[in-house]
Amino acid sequence: MKTTKWTKIEDVLFNTFNTIFMIMLVIITLYPFANTIAVSFNEGYDTIRGGIYLWPRKFTLQNYRAVFATGTIYHAFYISLMKTVLCTVLGVFFSTMLAYTLSRKEYVFRKMITTVLVITMYFSAGLIPGYLLIKYLGLLNNFWVYVIPTLISAFNVIVIRTYIGTLPESLVESAKIDGAGDFRIFLQIIFPLCKPVLATVALFIAVGAWNSWFDTFLYAPAKQSLSTIQYELMKLLASTTATNTDPALRAGALQGSEEISKAMVTPASIRAAITIVAATPILIVYPFLQKYFVIGLNVGSVKE
Amino acid sequence: MPEVAVVKKRQERPQKEKNIITLKTLKAQKQLMFMSLPFLAYIILFSYVPAIGWVMAFQDFKPAKSFFNQQWVGFKHFQFLFSDSGFLRVLRNTLAMSFINLVLGFVTAILLALLLNEIKNALFKRTVQTISYLPHFLSWVIVAGLVSNALSTEDGIINILLLNLGLIKEPILWLGKGEYFWGIVGAAKVWKEVGWNTIIYLSAMSSIDPALYEAADIDGANRYHKMWHITLPGIKPTFVVLLIMSVGHILNAGFEVQYLLGNGLVVDWSETIDIFVLKYGISQFNFSLATAAGIFKTVVSVILIYTANTISKKIGEEQLI
Repeated sequence: MKTTKWTKIEDVLFNTFNTIFMIMLVIITLYPFANTIAVSFNEGYDTIRGGIYLWPRKFTLQNYRAVFATGTIYHAFYISLMKTVLCTVLGVFFSTMLAYTLSRKEYVFRKMITTVLVITMYFSAGLIPGYLLIKYLGLLNNFWVYVIPTLISAFNVIVIRTYIGTLPESLVESAKIDGAGDFRIFLQIIFPLCKPVLATVALFIAVGAWNSWFDTFLYAPAKQSLSTIQYELMKLLASTTATNTDPALRAGALQGSEEISKAMVTPASIRAAITIVAATPILIVYPFLQKYFVIGLNVGSVKE
Repeated sequence: MPEVAVVKKRQERPQKEKNIITLKTLKAQKQLMFMSLPFLAYIILFSYVPAIGWVMAFQDFKPAKSFFNQQWVGFKHFQFLFSDSGFLRVLRNTLAMSFINLVLGFVTAILLALLLNEIKNALFKRTVQTISYLPHFLSWVIVAGLVSNALSTEDGIINILLLNLGLIKEPILWLGKGEYFWGIVGAAKVWKEVGWNTIIYLSAMSSIDPALYEAADIDGANRYHKMWHITLPGIKPTFVVLLIMSVGHILNAGFEVQYLLGNGLVVDWSETIDIFVLKYGISQFNFSLATAAGIFKTVVSVILIYTANTISKKIGEEQLI
């Protein structure tokens, strides 16, 4: 049959094109990282000569040493870590607690609280009124500004509530007959059973907390002891775009003697090293939690 | 008898959906109330109470004066906004970048999902997916750094590639020309989010009844017929829900990427409403004007969501609320 043969050739062509396209997608996604890693391990002044692609030309750990030589990045890393851990642990626990009460069909305030919560997904008073609230609450230049305003997100609560809805109703009812109160049922039965969805929510919260810099920028810009790693990187990004294209620096680097260049780092190489430091925790956690994304997103897309 | 009680309770449930508040129920549900009412207060405090600040938009707000001693000026700030060329420009930028991101985002995600769906080798498919999600988890600070490296005139990979391919004669200062800015933001967003955006379409595709494809095979449909007549209609409900959500966010072109990639040379193209609010509000303490711009944004968003939702209800599609 002529037609089937045609289809087969078309299929082979399609599959070949598709595979090539996917490989290109993978390259485009990974190249910028590979390049940044290579730059971060290459001698700073040598990098300015250009031509670093996937592998460092003059290998050195100098950039990383310079990054950690001053305490700034250590401390910023620590603040980022504390912020991430607190936001995640408290956020997951409180969101699940609220989600549990909203999953109880007999609960009299269920509808009201759900409505109040869902509206926040579409309505926000805006940046300035929000800023003034934070100010009146005394949270400016305070570590808790990273944690307290982010504790409950409507999206997360709905995701968890939907998941609780898939658990058998009889679990709660039989526990009630045995005399357990709602708090106990939540803590001992529902919370442990929610693990798969909580892994997803925890990942979302953790990534959000780790990656945010705007909160530092807005609420504690001048307070070095509250700076986060993303904010340090952001300041560096803002300052190096100018120096990067400075012809004098470039010329100096090209003529620089070997001894000087060995001992020196450039803003670009420092930035590459901090980028890798800031990205590493995500790159480590992400493969382990990957299987949960789909569960989370699917549950999230189901709305009542 | 406990068992009998359980059965009876379950049978009763469908009828008594309406919860009547009596002292008895309040007492019985005190633990549920204890576990949720503090959060209700929290949500009201952080999401609704700030709306009181909206009165600032109708005053010449001076932070030094007390809240009720401010001078009322009516719609002055709104009138200023809509006659100010600066605000009209950020409005244009916001709408343009939102629209570009909306169209690019949907088109690339659906295309990639369709292509991924055609890969039969599970390991290859999973590998590509895993790698394509990766940028979603990085902060915009990191991504903006990667983008500005890739576009650098010195050794940016984009300029090197274009030079070697002979498409340009000398390196282009990509981030220095306003005309390129919207496109660069659009491309950066696609790079960061395309893999992530496909997840939801792929799961919608996987829930399409395989019998439909088998029936199409028997009828002699080829790959493209099946994509066009089965897969695409199969993901339509998902698409519509996401579209409604996006329409509501049309004035949220974002803030981070424009702020991080923008610079003095491209300011006329890069500033969005959010940056405008930040500039007037936080940097210049013009709280009233910034709040007016914020109110405009919120009100338009809520109206758009409501309209999109109503239209979708009318034409019988999925709806959000």
